[in-house]
Amino acid sequence: MGILEKIFGKHWGVHPDDHKRPAADLPIKRLPVPPRVYVPLSQHVGALARPIVMVGQDVLKGQCIAEAQGNISSPVHASTSGRVVAIGEIPAPHPSGLPVQAITIASDMEDRWIECEPVADPFSLTPQEIAKRVAAAGIVGLGGATFPSAVKLALGLRSKIRTLIVNGSECEPYLSCDDRLMRDRAEGIIKGVRVILHATGAREAKVGIEDNKPEAIEAMRVAAASFKEITICPVPARYPMGSDRQLIVELTGKEVPSDARAADVGVIVHNVGTAYAVHEAIYHGRPLVSRVMTLNGGAVAQPGNYEVPIGTLVDDLFAFCGGLKGTADRFIMGGPMMGSVLPHLQVPVVKGTAGILALTAAEVAEREPDPCIRCGSCIRACPMGLLPLEMSAHIRADDLPGADDLGLRDCIACGCCAYVCPSHIPLVQYFYHAKGELSARQRAQLRQESSKKLVAARAERLERESREKAEAAARRKAERDAAKKAAAAAAAAEAATAPPSTATAIDGEPA
Amino acid sequence: MLAAILSLTVLGAALGLALGFASRAFHVEGNPVVEELTALMPGSNCGQCGFPGCTGAAEAIVAGTAAPTCCPPGGKALAQAIAEKLGITVDLSGVEDKGPQIATVAEEICIGCCRCIKVCPTDAIVGAAKQIHNVLREACTGCEACVDRCPTEAVTMKPVPPTLQHWVWPKPAVANVVSTTAAA
Repeated sequence: MGILEKIFGKHWGVHPDDHKRPAADLPIKRLPVPPRVYVPLSQHVGALARPIVMVGQDVLKGQCIAEAQGNISSPVHASTSGRVVAIGEIPAPHPSGLPVQAITIASDMEDRWIECEPVADPFSLTPQEIAKRVAAAGIVGLGGATFPSAVKLALGLRSKIRTLIVNGSECEPYLSCDDRLMRDRAEGIIKGVRVILHATGAREAKVGIEDNKPEAIEAMRVAAASFKEITICPVPARYPMGSDRQLIVELTGKEVPSDARAADVGVIVHNVGTAYAVHEAIYHGRPLVSRVMTLNGGAVAQPGNYEVPIGTLVDDLFAFCGGLKGTADRFIMGGPMMGSVLPHLQVPVVKGTAGILALTAAEVAEREPDPCIRCGSCIRACPMGLLPLEMSAHIRADDLPGADDLGLRDCIACGCCAYVCPSHIPLVQYFYHAKGELSARQRAQLRQESSKKLVAARAERLERESREKAEAAARRKAERDAAKKAAAAAAAAEAATAPPSTATAIDGEPA
Repeated sequence: MLAAILSLTVLGAALGLALGFASRAFHVEGNPVVEELTALMPGSNCGQCGFPGCTGAAEAIVAGTAAPTCCPPGGKALAQAIAEKLGITVDLSGVEDKGPQIATVAEEICIGCCRCIKVCPTDAIVGAAKQIHNVLREACTGCEACVDRCPTEAVTMKPVPPTLQHWVWPKPAVANVVSTTAAA
C-alpha cells in the first residue's frame, strides 16, 4: 500500500466545494448579550455537571454554576451576568429534539465579569496545576468532540507524549471559525500552545493548517516565528483532514492502531480553538463562556464569524445577525458533512458548536436513495479503509455483529462514503443507527447482568433472614430450656438446702 | 488362544478405564442448551411465563412445551435471540412488545403496605410500613410482579422515557428495489 500510495498519491477522502468565503474574510464580530441564556449541563463527553446555584440567585459572568461530576466531566459557567430563573429541561440542540437539563439565566445586560485570577508566568506552574485550572475553566475539545481537555492533558503526563499536534485544518466545508481565529488571534493561540506543551511535556508542536487558508498560515507563522519548538505545517486540503487519525498520519507518519489512542503513539491532538481557550483560562483566568462560530449557508443574510456566549438561542443568534434571506430548508449545527440537523431554532448553542448553517433546498439537494450498484466509490473514499457498502448491507439485514466484524467501530462517521455514493444511499445514517443499536444492546446486557446480581443478592438475603430467624428461635428455645433447667436446678438445690435455710423461714415452706 | 484372551482382556480393561475416566472428566450437568437459554433470559424469576423461574421456562422452551415468545419482559428481542439459538423460526406477530417499562408508584394512593416490596425479585422497591414506597429505576426489570399485589392500584407500569444519551438514530428506509427485482 505504501509504495502504491507514493506512486499514485493518497486516494482517501473527498474534495467538496468549500463555501468558506466570503464568511471567512470578515473579522470576528462579538455578539451583544442576549436577553436570556440557556446553559446546558451536558455540553461534553462524560457525566452531567451538577448545578451549584439556586433559582433566584444572582450570578456573574464566568461564575461556575454547575460543577463536574466524576472523572470524565466538565463544569459549566454563567456566560453573562444576571439572575438564575430556571433549572430544568429545555430542548437540546440534537436531531432527536429530546430535552436536556439546563440552567436559564435572565441577563441584567451589564455583562459583569466575576473576579478572575490571571497567571503572569504559567511556566512557573506545575503541569498538574495547569491541568487543574484547565479543568476548572470548563474547557472541552472545541473541534467538535467536546472531550474534557484536562483529562487529555493528564493523559499526556501518564503516557510519554513527544508531539503535540494543533489541529487547525478545519476541513468541513462552510466552517471558518478556526481559520478566522488563527487570523485574528494567532498570538493567543500560540501562547495557549506553549502552555499545553508545558502541561503535557511534549517537545514539539506541529500546527496543521489546510493549504486553502493562506492568510491563517501566514498569521500563525508570524506569531510562532520566535518559538522554534512550534512549526506551522500546511497540509493539503482534503476532507476529512481534520480527523485526528488522518492528521497524525499526515504530520508524523504514524498510524494510530484501531484499538489504541493517539497518546499510545506519543501524540496528542488539540484544536486551535481549545489552545485559545487554554490561553484565556491561564493568562486571563477566564473560563470558557463564549466561542467563535460560523454563521453560513445560502439562506443566511449576513454570513460571518461571531463570538457567541454559550447558551444563546439559535433564534436569537439569527435575530442579531440579520436573520434569514429566503427560506431555509434545513438548519444544521456544525458542518454539512458531520453536523447534526436542528429540530427547530429554540435550542441553545453549546461549547461544541463550530457553526450554524441555514441551507437552502438547492444546497441540501436531497434525493431518494436508489439500490447499491456496488461501484466501490465508497471504499475508495473511506479514510479509515473500511467497506461501507458491505457494512451497510449487513446493517440493512439487521446483522449488526456482522457489520461490527467489518470494522464498524473504526468508522469516524465523516460522511465521505455517503457524499460520493452515486445511489445517494444514506450510509452514515446506517452506521449511526448500528452503533447506537449495538451500544443499546450492550447496555441491556449489562443491565441484565446487574439485575441477575440483584436477584442473587435477594436470594441470599432471604436465606440469611430465614437462617437468622431459625437461629434466633433456636437461641430463644435454648434460653428457655436453660432457664427452665436453671429453675429446676435452683429448685432442686433449694430443696437440698431447704431444711437449714427454711429453718428460719417464717411459714416453713415444704421441703 | 491365551494371547487372544489376554489381548482382549487388556483391550477391554483399557477401554473400560478410558470410558470410566471420560464419563467423569466430561460429565455434563443438565442440558447445556437450557443453561445457554437461561443466560439469555432476564433472570428476575418473575414467573409471568407460568414456569418456576427463568430456568424452568428455558427447560420448557427446549422441551418444546413452551413457545420462545413466552417471556413478556424479554419481548421480541429475547424471542428472536432464543429462536436463533435453537435454530427455529418464530412468529413474532403475536408478541406484544411494549418496549422497556418500569414500575412507578403513585404517591397519593400508596398506603405503605409493603406488599410490593416483598414480591420484587430485584429489591427495586424501597419503603417501610405506612411510608410511601418508591421504585429504584436502575434496579427495576419491569417484570410486573408488584402490579397485581398492590391493593390500591398505586403501582403501574410506565414506559422508560427516551433520553439524549440513549437515543438511537432510526434505521434508514430501504431503497426502492422493486424496479431491480422486476428487471431481474
